[in-house]
Amino acid sequence: MSVTPILSLKDVDKNFGGLTAVDSLDLQVLPGQICGLIGPNGAGKTTVFNLITGVYPCDGGAVFLGDREITSAKPHRITRMGVARTFQTIRLFPNLTTWEHILVAQNFLTHAGNGRRILPDRQREKELKAEAQEILTLLDLWGDRQRKAVTLPYGSQRKVEIARALATRPKLLLLDEPAAGMNIRETEELLHIIAKIHAKKQGMAILVIDHDMDFVMKICEYIFVLNFGIRITEGTPEDIQQDEKVKEAYLGKEE
Amino acid sequence: MSIYHLDLMSALGINVLLALSVYCPMVTGQLSIGNAGFMAIGAYISAMLTVHLHIPLFPALIAAGVVAGFIGLLVGFPALRLKGLFLAMATLGFGEIVRNFFMNFLEPLTGGAYGFRGIGNDPISVFWIWGWVIFFLIFLHFLSRSRLGLAMLATHDDETVSELMGVNIVRLKIGAFGLGAFIAGVAGGLFAHYYLYIEPEFFNVWKSIYMVLFVIMGGMLTFWGGVMGAAIFTLLPEFTRILHDWRGAFFGLVIIVLMIIRPSGILTRDMFRWDYWRPSLKEAKP
Amino acid sequence: MFLQQLFNGIMLGSTYALIAISFTLLMGVLNMLNFAIGELFMLGAVFGLTFVNFGMPFYVAFPLAMICTGCTCLIIERVSFRPLRNSPPSVPLLSTMGFSILIGSTAENIWGSERSQFPQWIEPVDFHIGPVLISSTELIILAAAVVIMIGLDLFIQRTRIGRGMRAVAENIDTASILGVDSNLIIPAAFFASGALAGASGILFGLSFSIVSPFMGMEPGIKGIAAMIVGGMGNIRGAIVGGMLIGIIEVLSVGYLGATAKDFAVYGALFLALVIRPQGILGMLQAERERI
Repeated sequence: MSVTPILSLKDVDKNFGGLTAVDSLDLQVLPGQICGLIGPNGAGKTTVFNLITGVYPCDGGAVFLGDREITSAKPHRITRMGVARTFQTIRLFPNLTTWEHILVAQNFLTHAGNGRRILPDRQREKELKAEAQEILTLLDLWGDRQRKAVTLPYGSQRKVEIARALATRPKLLLLDEPAAGMNIRETEELLHIIAKIHAKKQGMAILVIDHDMDFVMKICEYIFVLNFGIRITEGTPEDIQQDEKVKEAYLGKEE
Repeated sequence: MSIYHLDLMSALGINVLLALSVYCPMVTGQLSIGNAGFMAIGAYISAMLTVHLHIPLFPALIAAGVVAGFIGLLVGFPALRLKGLFLAMATLGFGEIVRNFFMNFLEPLTGGAYGFRGIGNDPISVFWIWGWVIFFLIFLHFLSRSRLGLAMLATHDDETVSELMGVNIVRLKIGAFGLGAFIAGVAGGLFAHYYLYIEPEFFNVWKSIYMVLFVIMGGMLTFWGGVMGAAIFTLLPEFTRILHDWRGAFFGLVIIVLMIIRPSGILTRDMFRWDYWRPSLKEAKP
Repeated sequence: MFLQQLFNGIMLGSTYALIAISFTLLMGVLNMLNFAIGELFMLGAVFGLTFVNFGMPFYVAFPLAMICTGCTCLIIERVSFRPLRNSPPSVPLLSTMGFSILIGSTAENIWGSERSQFPQWIEPVDFHIGPVLISSTELIILAAAVVIMIGLDLFIQRTRIGRGMRAVAENIDTASILGVDSNLIIPAAFFASGALAGASGILFGLSFSIVSPFMGMEPGIKGIAAMIVGGMGNIRGAIVGGMLIGIIEVLSVGYLGATAKDFAVYGALFLALVIRPQGILGMLQAERERI
């Protein structure tokens, strides 16, 4: 009996002008799995995230969330269906506190946040506020909740991005270079946090982009390798470590 | 209170409403330099309703506001595709189109370029104006503390990311535009029934620009900013009497200096949080 | 009749084109909208008239007025641009709005609110080119405008400073790596922009026999409209846009009546923004979100 993947990309293409960013890409993530998406700079990894979340339209192929096609859906619909993400360069809201970041991300889960109702649903508000507290505590941000998020140290800001994404109750969490710019201690902490999140939210799949091979190898169960927009190989961390094509992609062909 | 002070308070009240009307789209990241157009719509429609159809003031104001708000929603749609300067210019163009419309059409009803005289026999009392001001201030108070208000601010900060967090920015932006237009329309109606005379030239580009300046000066991210800016603009001439004709130039200078030393305006959103005023608590985390 | 109107439209259009170039120069090089350009337009005419009234001959008064407006624009650079380089773009815009108010009010106080006009400067002789009636004044004005436009185009395309401006417009960091001194280029751009605005005001004042402290607002807005319609940051676009707006305005007055002119102009602006915001000659910059 096979399980429907939570995310599948089928033959997806993306061109910018004359440049092919993504070429006939096939990719699948199973529910609850932590997968990695790696490849040298410019391989098209962030573009894939943008295609999944509807920021860019696909030029060909299809994207499915579970068994629903989301290829041409608008970003806010896709998020509401259960996809959340963080960003390569941190994009927090300059005028909002940490706590407010979580609230905003939860908005569509209440109807008051939508403008569909005027008065908030008390019960739901209580649940959501409790959930917000839970998320912030999990990520060790509860003490910083009243501070403007952009005033926090770099490592904390990355955590706020993750917390914000979690607040949308995603089935699929996309992390774009979550360890970028972090030192060894912070990266270790991040590993712990992702492991904690994975343990807590077992049904949620995670797809991670990162340059740090060690990081990716430690946390991911399965890895896709991209170069020039094409999937050159995939496999478990052990497979990837031994794969010639991957070494070539990162280090160049042996002359 | 003397007549003079009452006039001042009335002018202040209307300016506050106009500032609030600019604040609404601005807090979703949309700069509108055309709200004088919505004010004009409100003024003329309410005047026509009370003078020609003898409709009582309150329903006339509501109707005028609703029409202005509706047109605001319509303008909000194409506005979605325009960013920054383009949006500002489009709204400026809109304001001018409205002004021209009232200058050229409906002359038998409105007097066209010669103005609409005799809007009623007695001006409304200053309490009418301030009743509406207080209503909108309370409304915006609850709005800015609500989830909806937070979503608006997030949209202002980063539209793309907000959308990716599930916020329906289309509905938010258009709604904000319509709300601002409604408030401007009501302000226009109050203006018409206080001064008992309106002409298209009153609702020109400068009016729109001044409204925007109230909000910019007073603080863009809190609705109290617009209140402060309107207060400064309306009351400052009183305190700078000695400058006589140079008050306008002084105002321009104030803006220039303000943009250098405090571009986000006088009041900021943080000021309204309890912990802003107690620096010891800011460094809470070890 | 139509040709006559067309000619009049071109006359008006060329002054609009000059203002539009003023706007677009700063827009292209620095991505900044200098709202005070309308008032610099007015200052050009007002200074020009003042100098003429002091007894200077026209060919001295006018260039001097242009230099004055250019220098005023340099002050704006120092105050509204340089300290605000890293602010969001709305901040310098609002600062220039402040300047607009400051200059307008000051001019009103110093020169009074009455309208004046330039004195007669040459004997007007009327020509006929086909069905079109042109006076010698108009011909000179048109020639001056054309010379200025061509001169500017050549300046931007052929001279070092001009090329520097284009480089800065492209990418300010790359330009400085390539040796372009932005501390020279940027003030040069402001000066040129101010001088052009002043020139436009003088020509407008001569064409339409009007000099007043209030004359700057409308042409200023129309200049911005022309810049947008023609394509922002693009000098040839500004010329096309200016001409188009001028022709639309004159034709609509001629065929639809005086009251319709603003409708036509702002209607065109509105349409342009909705249908093709990048303008006729503009290229849509990749406003694609970088995520």
